[in-house]
Amino acid sequence: METPDPTPRETVQPGRRWVNLLLGSGVAASIISFIYPAMRYIIPPPVAESASRFVVAAKVGELKNNSGKIFKFGSRPGLLVRLADGSYRAFSAVCTHLNCTVQYRSDLQEIWCACHNGLYDLEGRNVSGPPPRPLETFEVHIQGEDVVVTRTT
Amino acid sequence: MATLSRKILNWLDERFGAGSVEEFLRHKTVPVSRHIIWYYLGGMTLFLFIIQVLTGILLLLYYRPTPNDAFESVQYIMTQVRFGWLIRSVHSWSANLMIFTAFLHMFSVYFLKAYRKPRELTWISGILLLFILLGFGFSGYLLPWNTLAFFATKVGTEMAGSIPGIGKWFLVFLRGGEEVTGATLTRFFGFHVAVLPGLATLLLAIHLFLVQRLGMSVPPSVERAIAEGRTAQRSMPFFPNFLLRDMIGWYAALGALGGLAAIFPWELGTKADAFAAAPAGIRPEWYFLFMFQTLKYLPAKILFLEGELAGLLVFGVAAAVWVLVPFLDRRIGFGRMTRFFTGLGIFMIGYIVVLSALALR
Repeated sequence: METPDPTPRETVQPGRRWVNLLLGSGVAASIISFIYPAMRYIIPPPVAESASRFVVAAKVGELKNNSGKIFKFGSRPGLLVRLADGSYRAFSAVCTHLNCTVQYRSDLQEIWCACHNGLYDLEGRNVSGPPPRPLETFEVHIQGEDVVVTRTT
Repeated sequence: MATLSRKILNWLDERFGAGSVEEFLRHKTVPVSRHIIWYYLGGMTLFLFIIQVLTGILLLLYYRPTPNDAFESVQYIMTQVRFGWLIRSVHSWSANLMIFTAFLHMFSVYFLKAYRKPRELTWISGILLLFILLGFGFSGYLLPWNTLAFFATKVGTEMAGSIPGIGKWFLVFLRGGEEVTGATLTRFFGFHVAVLPGLATLLLAIHLFLVQRLGMSVPPSVERAIAEGRTAQRSMPFFPNFLLRDMIGWYAALGALGGLAAIFPWELGTKADAFAAAPAGIRPEWYFLFMFQTLKYLPAKILFLEGELAGLLVFGVAAAVWVLVPFLDRRIGFGRMTRFFTGLGIFMIGYIVVLSALALR
């Protein structure tokens, strides 16, 4: 036989329910008001993108035929390539796979990413390895002594 | 000396109950069987972790976490500070050995099925500790601000960024911006010396408490042999018998660390340059090699997913299964299920070894 429970069952009175609800939502709201600024704090404010649409990537005569050079385009690296015929091409040097910086391989006459062995042709098209998209291409103009690279869009 | 320690114990006992300290120490025993060698790996990992804390504190005296100073300050430690080369090389070697012993510890626990009831939470806390150790490795790798680390961090954080949904937020959170910059270095430094040590201490306390509370697992094969009366249940006290054996191992590890640091001091490489091409032969730390090599083999697209996302998904599912193994492998020692999990473990080791070897080729 079961012995009867000596402690009386707790009955929640309507007034108590309201107090619990108000207290609970008050605490929840204050916790959110602590967490929200902290979450916003850990994401840094956006950095203004470089407004400049063009950059002097090299001087005329700096690059030999069949060679390449990394240049600074705003906050990102670009790749200037001088082809075997002496003409210039320019690309974003940021590999579309996982963000590594690509380089010109004069032995292959292609653009190569050392990180995961991705290859692009001289139009910037991804031809082998893991890169999913072609490299962004830039326009190249010669202005006096300067090789000027311009963002197309 | 003996009377002094007796006095101290008595002093404590008067306050915390009769024999409580000795009882705490005596509670823990280590099962003796032919598998006992594997029971040293947890203690060894803990010892190497303590070495990491001590050498890490020493490195903090000279290290400067900014892109202009980081590389130079490590160079200064390596070349100017007396025994700086020793402290930094021991820190690097010990880090790698610690991850190695943690992996061995994990696989030995896995194959001896020590995760089975009631030790599910011990297993989960241990796996979380291993993830924290990998986080230590990944964040610490960047701190010297050299070329290899710079690109490894780019790739690693970019992969984190390809997680659907929260990826972009997570990438900016890790890097402290869109790109890997000085902001990333400052963050990684904070993770490495504050966030991760805090989490590791908490998890370690839980892990050790669970080991103390639940005692050490007897392997199923030994358990069966005892049940069938083929062998007697044997154990040895943890304190002092097993601890003294542990300490012989730790002493040998100290010797090995000193030797490795002296003969193969850790390289520093060249200073990171955000506007240089990734150098040929670039690769991450050895314990990430199998993932790195997998990335190389994945094509740009698998079905409708980008290659690296598909890879990430597979690794994510594998990690989740690994964490939940105690709940999936229920009928230990019986039937096909338990053999499947043993096979899975062998496959995992095989995959890691083969892919890592291919990456080093």
